[in-house]
Amino acid sequence: MRSLSDPAVWYLMRGSGLVALILFTSVVVLGIATTMRFRPARMPRFVTLGLHRSVSLLAVVFLGIHIATAIADSYAKVGVAQVVVPLPSAKYGLFLGMGALSLDLIAAVVLTSLVRRHLSQRVWKGIHWLAYASWPVAFLHSVGIGTDKASGWFVDTAVACASAIVVAVFWRLLALRRPYPKYLGASS
Amino acid sequence: MKLRVNPILCDGYGHCAELMPEHVELDEWGYPIIRGEAVGRRLEPVARQVVKMCPRLALSLEKSAR
Amino acid sequence: MSAVAVARRWDERGRLLAGVDHGRVPGFSRAELLAEIEASGLTGRGGAAFPTARKLAAVARASRPVVIANGTEGEPASWKDKVLLAESPHLVIDGVVVAARIVGANNAVLAIGRANRRVLGRLSRALAARSDRIDIHIETVPDRFVAGEESALLHVLEGGPAKPTLKRPYEHGTLVQNVETLANLGLIARYGAGWFRERGTPEEPGTVLVTVLGAVRTPGVVEVDLGTPMRDVIQRVGGLTALPQAFLVGGYFGTWLSAHDVLDLPLTNAALKPLGAALGARTIAVLPQGACGLAESSRVARYLAGESAGQCGPCVFGLPALADALETLDVERLRRLAPQVFGRGACAHPNGATRFVASAVDVFADEIEGHRVGRCTGPAHPPVLPLGASSDWR
Repeated sequence: MRSLSDPAVWYLMRGSGLVALILFTSVVVLGIATTMRFRPARMPRFVTLGLHRSVSLLAVVFLGIHIATAIADSYAKVGVAQVVVPLPSAKYGLFLGMGALSLDLIAAVVLTSLVRRHLSQRVWKGIHWLAYASWPVAFLHSVGIGTDKASGWFVDTAVACASAIVVAVFWRLLALRRPYPKYLGASS
Repeated sequence: MKLRVNPILCDGYGHCAELMPEHVELDEWGYPIIRGEAVGRRLEPVARQVVKMCPRLALSLEKSAR
Repeated sequence: MSAVAVARRWDERGRLLAGVDHGRVPGFSRAELLAEIEASGLTGRGGAAFPTARKLAAVARASRPVVIANGTEGEPASWKDKVLLAESPHLVIDGVVVAARIVGANNAVLAIGRANRRVLGRLSRALAARSDRIDIHIETVPDRFVAGEESALLHVLEGGPAKPTLKRPYEHGTLVQNVETLANLGLIARYGAGWFRERGTPEEPGTVLVTVLGAVRTPGVVEVDLGTPMRDVIQRVGGLTALPQAFLVGGYFGTWLSAHDVLDLPLTNAALKPLGAALGARTIAVLPQGACGLAESSRVARYLAGESAGQCGPCVFGLPALADALETLDVERLRRLAPQVFGRGACAHPNGATRFVASAVDVFADEIEGHRVGRCTGPAHPPVLPLGASSDWR
């Protein structure tokens, strides 16, 4: 059992956080691709939905590791309450709270999706849209928390994720121009 | 078991037709036309997948009448 | 003098529109009333002709039933319900009270279209003049074609838009009954099933309200026995003003029939069935020679497309496609479209529209040929069929 001040825990926390960010970025992009009826190269469309769901579960796993190591790590000094309740802190300002907020939003999205059968379409969809809010909050947490500001590879990854989201959201907004309500129903 | 679609929830994604072309065809606008016959034993697991893979949960499996 | 004898005296003038005062509903038990309704053979007068007793029995099993009187009449060519509500509001409310007693409801709603100010006024005054044991109030709904569909009516009364759902009201303790059906219910409770069955035919008993419009002298609503020959119905509205070309029977979800097929038919579903038609809500439009059946049908088809609730793909896309194909005289396309549209929505709207367009293509086949070579029967004839004009859903 590694000690809580072992640097490996610190690096694992940051590493899993970054992987979680990349995975959640992919989940949002895949979710948008599903709605947009995207057909991956000569593969059927349901693959996009399948990936969206599988990657989201993988992302949750990495998020879990990120949170567990953050709590365990003695240098990070993150309490259990701070993980779920978004509050400003002396050490991290607003940025730890943003992590907590994004966790709350992600939890709502994931949990409602797991019990979707028992919810009405409107309730499920309304909560699912919180995903669009969860990503920017998670992103701000990642860049603002200050642990990796300087590293080039972190900045490159962050820029890549942000670009992917911007492009995907822009693509999604284009669809709103089509007439409601079955604007995406055509078998294109 | 018969596959049935809720036409109000259905939004023409077409995953059902991709997964189960034996029972589901798409009309010219991308909406499913489901064959009336019951899904055979062999295809029941596929039918269950089809129900799960509908983004709108518009499909359901019902016991065939009589 | 016995009640039935009294009834027979004003019976000559018609039953629902005779201007008869309403009367106290006799104190029969639920079971007795239900048995009487069953014996009468009363069927729904809103268009579906569902056996009323069966619907009542289904709702009576619910724990907290509600009665909804459907006076919305979203079909622009039909105004029988508006006339009934304006002329005999008390008969309708009597029926509501009887229905409530049978199903065990303490609450009832009178649903009418928002634009009917006159009906709203008459109904409010009638309601204020009464002191029934149950709580009855009036609700206005948007004036859409599908707003009168049972589940759409329930939806809007529950706070949603006037759009159909997959919920069958009678499975949720809600009795939705057309106002004409309810008026008959009230009368049967007072005068009995035997009296009711004295008019009409043995299989289709009673009288019905019919809206007649088009090439007749005094278009309007008349009350006739079921089984009355079409010629006599036309006579009741003053006779024809021109040679008839075709009849639209059953409103915009109905069927076009050539005039010569229809004039001698008795007004029953049994007589219409072999021709692929049904009474529906008994709207009869007479298209004269000199009007273009295709032009009329195109306008209605386009209207029906616009009245789609927009919930089901095959209706949202199929109905405009049907209207387009009709306009461009693409009969082949219509044949291919019909099975893709019919039966593929959550309600009867795409079915009715498909049936209407298919019958137009059938009856006006010669007109189609004429149009193809640039000839039209009635290029300048003013529109015969009216259309509605609302745009909101709540």
